[in-house]
Amino acid sequence: MSDKPKVAFYWCASCGGCEEAVVDLAEKLLDVADAVDIVFWPVALDTKKADVEAMGDGEILATFVNGAVRTTEQEEMVRLLRRKSQLLLAFGSCAHMGGIPGLANQWDRETILDTVYRQSPSTVNPEGVVPQQVTRENGYEVYLPGFYDTVRTVGQVTDLDYVVPGCPPTPGIIAGAVATLLSGEVPPKGSVLAPDVALCDECDRKVTKPETVSLTEWKRPHLVDVDEELCLLAQGLVCLGPATRAGCGAQCVGANMPCTGCFGPTSRVRDGGGKALAAIASLVGSDDPDEIERILDGIPDPVGTFYRYSLPASLLRRAPMAQPVKITTQGSDARKVTR
Amino acid sequence: MLEVTDAREVAVDQAFEPTIVAFFCNWCTYLAADLAGTSRMKYAPNARVIRVMCSGRVDPQFVFDAFARGADGVLIGGCHPGDCHYQEGNYKALRRYQLTKRLLTDLGVEPERFRLEWISAAEADRLRDVMNEMTAQIKALGRADFSVPDEPFDIPELEPEPEIEEAVVS
Repeated sequence: MSDKPKVAFYWCASCGGCEEAVVDLAEKLLDVADAVDIVFWPVALDTKKADVEAMGDGEILATFVNGAVRTTEQEEMVRLLRRKSQLLLAFGSCAHMGGIPGLANQWDRETILDTVYRQSPSTVNPEGVVPQQVTRENGYEVYLPGFYDTVRTVGQVTDLDYVVPGCPPTPGIIAGAVATLLSGEVPPKGSVLAPDVALCDECDRKVTKPETVSLTEWKRPHLVDVDEELCLLAQGLVCLGPATRAGCGAQCVGANMPCTGCFGPTSRVRDGGGKALAAIASLVGSDDPDEIERILDGIPDPVGTFYRYSLPASLLRRAPMAQPVKITTQGSDARKVTR
Repeated sequence: MLEVTDAREVAVDQAFEPTIVAFFCNWCTYLAADLAGTSRMKYAPNARVIRVMCSGRVDPQFVFDAFARGADGVLIGGCHPGDCHYQEGNYKALRRYQLTKRLLTDLGVEPERFRLEWISAAEADRLRDVMNEMTAQIKALGRADFSVPDEPFDIPELEPEPEIEEAVVS
């Protein structure tokens, strides 16, 4: 091994899009590989956990973790990498705020396993088998990681240095983040490495936003012909640009899709979903409760709309847990759940 | 300076007394509470009143923060429609309230826990009735628990073999 700085990548509860984003650096990835030693990257290299364990504490310069923390294995790996790294960066919305997997915080483990393995229409599972943490198979004990009730962000599990935001982070944001880290002018710990202004600031449609927007109907993007110039809010589309951090270049908005908030809020906002909700509700053009209800029917899933990437990072973090569930682990009732 | 602490520590378990965070507007509902006081009205003492200049100042983040810190209910009090000191702050509050309520309902929060009431400076009796009713309703519902419980897995720090409790598989 050379004296080049060591860098690691890891993935937790994520879709793999963040790994794609790294590969999307294309030829620049070769420059990266020239400048640093990639010592751990499960998606691309045959490196093992033992290789990381063999390293000294702080031996890795920077580790980029994408994905939320949902299982015991992910928590263990995040903690291990934290210990071995001088800098730990949350890469992408899931690591930053919980992301799409974080929407599962509306339910608990039992409900999720039951839905996925027993109730879903495409599932054939007459014995009602759900994953166990330990099973015996042909005399061997087989282990699976524990599956938490609550999805957490990387920053909620361990000490975090920086965030590279986005679903996934755009090449520009990644390059900017790397440049910031190499510049020597290190931002305060915990910083999100993107501009600290709202997306509207860099949106091409900004000039077309009317002085006041007052709507009697919320529209869904697949059901309307979107005007290519006009501010999407003025067209009645739920665009979270006003409550979302800039830095992506408003790519979705440029492609006629409203912003869904993957960069999270700016540093002055504690709960991005709450702020976005306030902004959107304020545009409803009625003073009559019944009429307001009718207009709000155009936003069928408020949790999924305003907390699409950020439920675990929100003030509430999750839906209230149901009363404690007792799991019987005796005999043939092993999988029966009683309340 | 108002220091908000974890309300959960204040609440007593045996005889459940709900903690209600009440945001009252400076011009109407807060004055109604004043009037109730000077009129020596007796009503449920469960609300922690926070005075805001206008119900339109109540950011949904305040509501979520209250629940996250252990409030069992949140009440917003403002001027009657048409009576807002700032012309239409209460309509802003109404729109946000209705959307916030939808979100909280989807998260499984009972509707009785989050309430918006128009109470003018003269309606001390209405304030008393709302306080009593809301307290009784939430008492019946029990605690609103947004805490994130500790998870029951034993996570080894750096051990290769996780220590896992025995489960029976036939």
